Amino acid sequence: MSGRLKVFWQMVRRLSGDDAYEQYLKYYARHHHVDVGHDCHPPLSKADFFRQWQDEKWNGIKRCC
Amino acid sequence: MNQLLKNAIWLLIALLGASAVGGIALNRGENINALWFIAAALCIYAIGYRFYATWIAATVLSVDETRATPAERLDNGRDFVPTNKWIVFGHHFAAIAGPGPLVGPTLAAQFGYLPGTLWILFGAVLGGCVQDMVTLFLSTRRNAKSLGQMARDELGPLGGTAALIATLAIMIILIAVLGLVVVNAMKHSPWATFTVSATIPIAMFVGVYMRYFRPGQVLEASALGVVLLLLSVAGGRFIDEHETLRLLFDHEGLTLAWWIMAYGFAAAILPVWLLLAPRDYLSTYMKLGTITLLAVAIILLQPVVKMPAITQFIDGTGPIFGGKLFPFVFITIACGAISGFHALIASGTTPKLLSNERDICMIGYGGMLLESFVAIMAMIAATVLDPGVFFAINSSVGVVGADTADAVAKISSWGYPVTVTQMQNLAHQMGEATLFARTGGAPSLAVGMASIFGSAFGEGLLALWYHFAIMFEAIFILTTLDAGTRVGRFMLQDMLGNMWPKMGETSWLPSVVFTSALVVSGWGYFLYIGVIDPNGGVNILWPLFGIANQMLAAIALCVATGILIKSGKLKQAWVTGLPLVWLIIITTTAAWQKIASDDIRIGFFSAANDLTDKLAAGVLPPAKAAIAPQLIFNLHLDAWLTLFFVSLLWLIVFDMLRVCARYLSGKSVLPLTEVAHSPSRLVEDWVRD
Repeated sequence: MSGRLKVFWQMVRRLSGDDAYEQYLKYYARHHHVDVGHDCHPPLSKADFFRQWQDEKWNGIKRCC
Repeated sequence: MNQLLKNAIWLLIALLGASAVGGIALNRGENINALWFIAAALCIYAIGYRFYATWIAATVLSVDETRATPAERLDNGRDFVPTNKWIVFGHHFAAIAGPGPLVGPTLAAQFGYLPGTLWILFGAVLGGCVQDMVTLFLSTRRNAKSLGQMARDELGPLGGTAALIATLAIMIILIAVLGLVVVNAMKHSPWATFTVSATIPIAMFVGVYMRYFRPGQVLEASALGVVLLLLSVAGGRFIDEHETLRLLFDHEGLTLAWWIMAYGFAAAILPVWLLLAPRDYLSTYMKLGTITLLAVAIILLQPVVKMPAITQFIDGTGPIFGGKLFPFVFITIACGAISGFHALIASGTTPKLLSNERDICMIGYGGMLLESFVAIMAMIAATVLDPGVFFAINSSVGVVGADTADAVAKISSWGYPVTVTQMQNLAHQMGEATLFARTGGAPSLAVGMASIFGSAFGEGLLALWYHFAIMFEAIFILTTLDAGTRVGRFMLQDMLGNMWPKMGETSWLPSVVFTSALVVSGWGYFLYIGVIDPNGGVNILWPLFGIANQMLAAIALCVATGILIKSGKLKQAWVTGLPLVWLIIITTTAAWQKIASDDIRIGFFSAANDLTDKLAAGVLPPAKAAIAPQLIFNLHLDAWLTLFFVSLLWLIVFDMLRVCARYLSGKSVLPLTEVAHSPSRLVEDWVRD
């Protein structure tokens, strides 16, 4: 039961974008390996990431009638 | 054995569905339980999904689960992100579900419950869901291109331009009619006006909270916002009972219309994080929560539908809007059965999240099924009211007269008895001064919802439930209004940018102010005319919106049919071709009647001529004579606009037929722009966590 609740809570967080920053960090970790010799910027701070994420999300038609 | 059991279950579902639909359709003279509507809907959806949708996905579209989707190939961790299918479903449904399926069925209930219900069910299963799913598929195969881009690439520049113009036009009309719905719900209602106004500072508070105070804490901020919204519903009662404060929120329709325009302008130029984004969070939670609550309440309460199956108004004399059953029931239901607007979400937005093509069926087809179910619930909420009450709330002063005694006499003479005392008691219970002539659909839907919620969860709170329902409708109508104005602004900036590049810069303030003002004055004009129109305005604007929305759906289906034929699937192109033919028939008939009908309640030109004659003969009362020139101008404008819509539709239909004919006769056509197959590498359990 608690497992299901956990899954449900995860879905709510994912849907609302509550965990968007955590997802971003995971994505960052997957794609920016330390050993790869390119100079990549450090991950954005939570506040900076959230700003960009929110502004991007509202670019274009997002809501219907 | 297992197969036998499965077959038996589907046979049972089919039988139950058939008897539920039969019960609804053949029931005469007796009241029918709303549970039959739910049963019929669920069975038809189940059968449509299990047999039709999966067949289309497998045979017509040849969905390929080994093929990498744009979300996988172009994954950038931001807008292209392979996502769990239930999450995509949630995003997709939240994006497509708006106030349309609530308003349309409420208005269409004037024909009785049957015509609207049948179209909501069959229109969705055979038309709307197919449109959404096929568009989603085509866009997924084309790197999440928008409908307009696909039309341009596959059919030619004409298709692309038509889609762009149609989108802008539909947006303007849609915002005007939704603005009118909100104005009519707030007119002389301090409680509703306070609650709706309070949503603005609450959204701003939530916006600041999650931007600066606790960045990114979306759920925490939204939960606070929802609590504040509920408090504002309760606080409205305090305002309403306070002698001086209530005057601050007690306004004429026209004053409220000016406020809405000012608000729309502000919302289009303010940064998204301050108003638009937080309001959208709140409205999404409210929407999902209230719809679930309504479904639970209907199942618990099993209310009885009091509206007859079919009313005499199918002959075109209906008080809410003029026009016969065919084609106006289809135009009025609009988004609950098939909505062109969904094609804009299904192309461009949703494909960027899709992790596997096999989810297209569930997200595209299933998302629209759920939207159709919302429309069924709106139909139930409208038809559980006494028909007399329903018509008293929704008939405008221009139809039944301003005097309440005359109004009830007239409505009772139609065969739907209602008394002034009954209406007064109801208004008192709902905490409103009056419920007569509250056109637009929102108040009658709110009364219906309040009576369902009230009976299921406590009768004593009717007034609270009523204003909760009004707040629920208003908050996402205003979200559509904000978002629509902003999108209109971007589209206009984009178009003007072709002529003067500086205008295309979305952050250049003069351009922002100029284009926002242009968009707001576009819908503001129609809103203004709607508010001063003694017939309520909705009777003109809603059919116009319906025609525009069905036209956009026809454009989407044209693109889909054209691509299917170009892909060598002529034999299966009827899947989108038949709904397209039907839409062409209903939009063209409706447009023709709106333009050429001699009936002054249907034809724009005949209404304009009638008004001109009356004005010249001096038989109009002074108040109406003063606004008559504006109404006449507007009727002419509406007629030309309708003509423009229908010409645009035929233009793109012929363009599509031209492309298909060239292809079938072996001549050269624009090549298919489908992206080449590349195998999916996504590990199953990673995406589907």
